[in-house]
Amino acid sequence: MITIENIEKSFGGTKILKGVSAVFETGKTNLIIGQSGSGKTVLLKSLLGIHTPEVGTISFDGRVYSDLSSEEKRELRTEIGMLFQGSALFDSMTVAENVAFPLKMFTKDNNNKIQKRVDFVLKRVALVDAHNKLPSEISGGMQKRVAIARAIVNNPKYLFCDEPNSGLDPNTATLIDNLIKEITEEYNITTVINTHDMNSVMEIGEKIIFLKNGLKEWEGTKEEIFRTDNEGIVDFVYSSNLFKKVREAYLKG
Amino acid sequence: MLLRYLSQIGKYFLMWKEIFSKQTKWSVMRVLIFKEIDDLILGSLGIVAFISFFVGGVVSIQTALNLNNPLIPRTIIGYATRESVILEFAPTFISIIMAGKMGSFITSSIGSMRVTEQIDALEVMGVNSLNYLVFPKLIAVLLYPFIIGISMFLGSFGGYIAAVYGGFTTSSDFIDGLQINFVPFHVTYAFIKAFVFAILLATIPSFHGYYMKGGALEVGKASTVAFVWTSVTIILMNYILTQLLLT
Ligand SMILES: Nc1ncnc2c1ncn2[C@@H]1O[C@H](COP(=O)(O)OP(=O)(O)OP(=O)(O)O)[C@@H](O)[C@H]1O
Ligand SMILES: [Mg+2]
Repeated sequence: MITIENIEKSFGGTKILKGVSAVFETGKTNLIIGQSGSGKTVLLKSLLGIHTPEVGTISFDGRVYSDLSSEEKRELRTEIGMLFQGSALFDSMTVAENVAFPLKMFTKDNNNKIQKRVDFVLKRVALVDAHNKLPSEISGGMQKRVAIARAIVNNPKYLFCDEPNSGLDPNTATLIDNLIKEITEEYNITTVINTHDMNSVMEIGEKIIFLKNGLKEWEGTKEEIFRTDNEGIVDFVYSSNLFKKVREAYLKG
Repeated sequence: MLLRYLSQIGKYFLMWKEIFSKQTKWSVMRVLIFKEIDDLILGSLGIVAFISFFVGGVVSIQTALNLNNPLIPRTIIGYATRESVILEFAPTFISIIMAGKMGSFITSSIGSMRVTEQIDALEVMGVNSLNYLVFPKLIAVLLYPFIIGISMFLGSFGGYIAAVYGGFTTSSDFIDGLQINFVPFHVTYAFIKAFVFAILLATIPSFHGYYMKGGALEVGKASTVAFVWTSVTIILMNYILTQLLLT
């Protein structure tokens, strides 16, 4: 469980996050949604320690991040898996080397054991014959899957995903979403996902936090999102005609 | 403006501290070091050999052509070639070229890792990214004086070939010239310079790549800026070291 309290973060005098509090639950896919520029990435990067908020606390199962020594912070980070918006695969390494990297860095496992684990997670994300390809030689959807494999290879307790399905076709996007959800449940991970994709929300929105103007405007589940009258949410969700129709149908029963 | 430069310089020295804090596992680091030696040192040998040989040749031809007074011995050709190659051409001139070649390679490879969030990915995993990226380069460039040694040799050799086969002097005159008034400390001085320049060549471009912001376009700009700063710093350090060591 990750708890954030009253997070504030500014860049060059502009406040991007204006006091956000939330709880991200274990074994669930926690979604942060909001318009482009609403601060989703900034919030996620604050959770990761890439940005340091000026105000507020972040705690990982009781461990308050800002109270940790830099050694303990590095330790904590080995429990975190991160899926970046652009995959961020190491382009000088093959797929298998990318996935093996966290193990080579942080475990004492021998090559044989590492190889087995790499095979296992690559299979888990349904990639079986890409081991020796370079990231530049595979498609965007495959890169995302490699990045997921790399993020989960060291059994993380926490998984962060920044727009896991941006730039993917709807089928592949759904596949990736469901993969993340399954893995979250299977390994009881605290997963936090940034998205502005309503498909994802409907697919895997077990807990949803809606960001607007640097504040948490609403929170709830995908079932509740249809029932709320919160203006911000309604604006955001029903900017798509398709969802307007779905809502009408839903309200009619 | 001045304040910005000062804060950049401060940041550069803080980077040094970070490079040496929390080392990457040796089994991983060893592989990285060999890769950097391959990219930075072995990858530069060809161009250094080519330039040294021909510039050495030009230096000796120029010297020969300027010798109109029959009272000046022809051995001066070998002597002048040796002195200019060892004192300035090999350590300084080659380093400026390397600021372009090695430097832009370093800045663009680290910079593109920055813009594609690969550095963030390292940090998030708990890797000390400065140590991971810059430390192996620092170790690799410890071999840089070796490149300069090769440049000294090939520069003199190029001078010999041009002078002898161009008909400006005889082989034995040139070789005598290479040996007169030889001051061993000049070689030491040249290698001290090479060592200092090597450190600058590895760290200044790394600094500009690592702390860059923006996208692919900015990677190109960062490489240019890194080249300018690396060469300016090399020229200044050259002046300072010459003052300290030779006067
Ligand atoms: N490193 C930074 N320096 C300065 N400003 C930043 C930085 N990172 C983000 N911002 C600003 O913070 C605001 C929120 O950005 P953020 O990337 O969090 O949006 P987002 O909600 O993730 O949008 P998107 O859906 O487009 O990814 C933007 O106005 C952006 O310009
Ligand atoms: Mg974003």
